[in-house]
Amino acid sequence: MSETEKMDAIIIGAGPAGIACAYTLAKAGKEVLVIERAESPGAKNVTGGRVYSYALEMVEEGLTSEAALERKITHEQIMMLDGDQAINIDYHNPAYNSEEKTAQSYSILRARFDEWFAGKAEEMGAMVACGIKVDKLLKKDGKIVGVLAGEDEMYADVVVAADGVNSLMAQKAGLIKDIPAHNVGVGVKEVIELPAKTIRERFNLQEDEGAARMILGCTEGIHGGGFLYTNQDSISLGCVFMPEEVAAHGKSVHEIFQNLKMHPAIYPLIADGETVEYGAHLVSEEGYRGIPKKLYRDGFLMVGDAAGFVINTGYSIRGIDLAIVSGVAAARAILTAPSIEQVGPAYMKELNNAELLPTMKAVDGYTDLLSIPRIYTSYPQTALGVFEKLFTVDGKKPESVIKGVKAVLKSNGLSYWQLFKDALRGYRSV
Amino acid sequence: MSISRMEAPELLSLNRFNVDEDEPHIVLDKNNCLLCKEKPCLVVCPAVLYKLNKNGEMSFDYAGCLECGTCRVMCRNKGIVKWEYPRGTFGVSFRQG
Ligand SMILES: Cc1cc2nc3c(=O)[nH]c(=O)nc-3n(C[C@H](O)[C@H](O)[C@H](O)COP(=O)(O)OP(=O)(O)OC[C@H]3O[C@@H](n4cnc5c(N)ncnc54)[C@H](O)[C@@H]3O)c2cc1C
Ligand code: SF4
Repeated sequence: MSETEKMDAIIIGAGPAGIACAYTLAKAGKEVLVIERAESPGAKNVTGGRVYSYALEMVEEGLTSEAALERKITHEQIMMLDGDQAINIDYHNPAYNSEEKTAQSYSILRARFDEWFAGKAEEMGAMVACGIKVDKLLKKDGKIVGVLAGEDEMYADVVVAADGVNSLMAQKAGLIKDIPAHNVGVGVKEVIELPAKTIRERFNLQEDEGAARMILGCTEGIHGGGFLYTNQDSISLGCVFMPEEVAAHGKSVHEIFQNLKMHPAIYPLIADGETVEYGAHLVSEEGYRGIPKKLYRDGFLMVGDAAGFVINTGYSIRGIDLAIVSGVAAARAILTAPSIEQVGPAYMKELNNAELLPTMKAVDGYTDLLSIPRIYTSYPQTALGVFEKLFTVDGKKPESVIKGVKAVLKSNGLSYWQLFKDALRGYRSV
Repeated sequence: MSISRMEAPELLSLNRFNVDEDEPHIVLDKNNCLLCKEKPCLVVCPAVLYKLNKNGEMSFDYAGCLECGTCRVMCRNKGIVKWEYPRGTFGVSFRQG
């Protein structure tokens, strides 16, 4: 392609961020090319995971009803493990699955979801070129003017980096440096096939309902946690770890995850199933404070994971919806800015209008809360210790509850002062 | 088949890989690895592709790489001299994700 036959936009990466951007631009009549290194969209992508439907509806009203989704999440669960013991909290809200409304969120598998979403953008007129890796950005007079893939040079008014958390493109654009290890967690995951009927029975689900579960206390004290999502005919079971702490701990992520899989409270949920895939992926862990200082330069924008848009509160993780919202925001900026130089500032405005940056700022404190190491050790242990005291009946005179709780706290090395400090920190954080 | 504890190679055998025999996407300088005391790669790689052989030298095979990028982020003493995504269509292809 020569410089004269340039596109309106080239988007690097066919994940939710890139596709949402391409869809919106193509719908408005722009000439868009999405370049994806995988053989088909989604084939390189691993998530938990679930998608919140408000983001799809922002792309196009009614889009959720056509999407390649697994189950409507109506059960939000939090599990705590210690040794062989477990507590599971199950918050069931049937309103998340009412006849009249789109469900709030759905479990998804990325190979199916991303391929569907990319197909939708193609229907709008976007070009999606798979099996091509972008190697370099083309620069001219301080602007990004296109990309180089193998021998091919391709030009566009704007290049959008939607290449994910490990964004080599943002690095090549000089907008970020090497990713600091504490900014990311590594997630590992098995997809385990089971008949739909078995899944419904084991999780107490109606026909198309599903469960999302966060698991604490399964990482041997490493900052991180497990997750479980019910799909139509499979279960996504995984675990996220801060790699720096894994290195200090010395046991491999693979081994700790296999322990979780065989835990007496997890195993019965997946028993008789068949693991069909093992995946791994990084996830941003720093929230608002991890967002790079600058998300654009002339002719270049960063969206989705490449821009650090992930919210992790410990009880839920949101990256896909933010990726979609930022893709739409980028497209709106490209469509409305009067000149290429004004696209970047317009993008920042759109991110604010779409409440993405304000939302991330509002929950920034969770990063502090989740950096309390006791959340991954003493607190789940204490909760389980208290439950053990409450439910143990052996015919002997029981000690008072207060005394029992005190003893549990002490055995987990927690003082009232520590509790007070953490509670204060928690209060201030959220 | 039922659920059991699985070793990494067994798990990787479930995935589809199209290995780029001509161009490895991760390259190590094993002399740097020898000098590295921490060797975080041994425990952070989900595919357990970094191992020490009998002589304490690093052995690594990029063929089962899940392309997560963890080793790239964690490698301290620049044993990894090249880390790129595989060329288009090569590498892992997730059918579930
Ligand atoms: C274990 C785990 C669990 C998670 N759970 C959830 C969850 O339940 N809900 C949620 O909302 N979020 C979750 N997230 C986060 C979520 O997956 C991400 O935030 C989201 O996928 C980001 O979308 P994206 O489009 O920005 O990037 P990605 O989905 O990573 O897409 C980037 C695309 O760019 C392509 N690419 C990269 N480099 C190049 C190149 N040079 N040339 C061509 N193509 C390239 C890649 O192949 C990929 O297709 C989870 C993440 C992990 C790791
Ligand atoms: S990218 Fe991930 S899977 Fe591949 S070698 Fe590095 S840590 Fe292992």
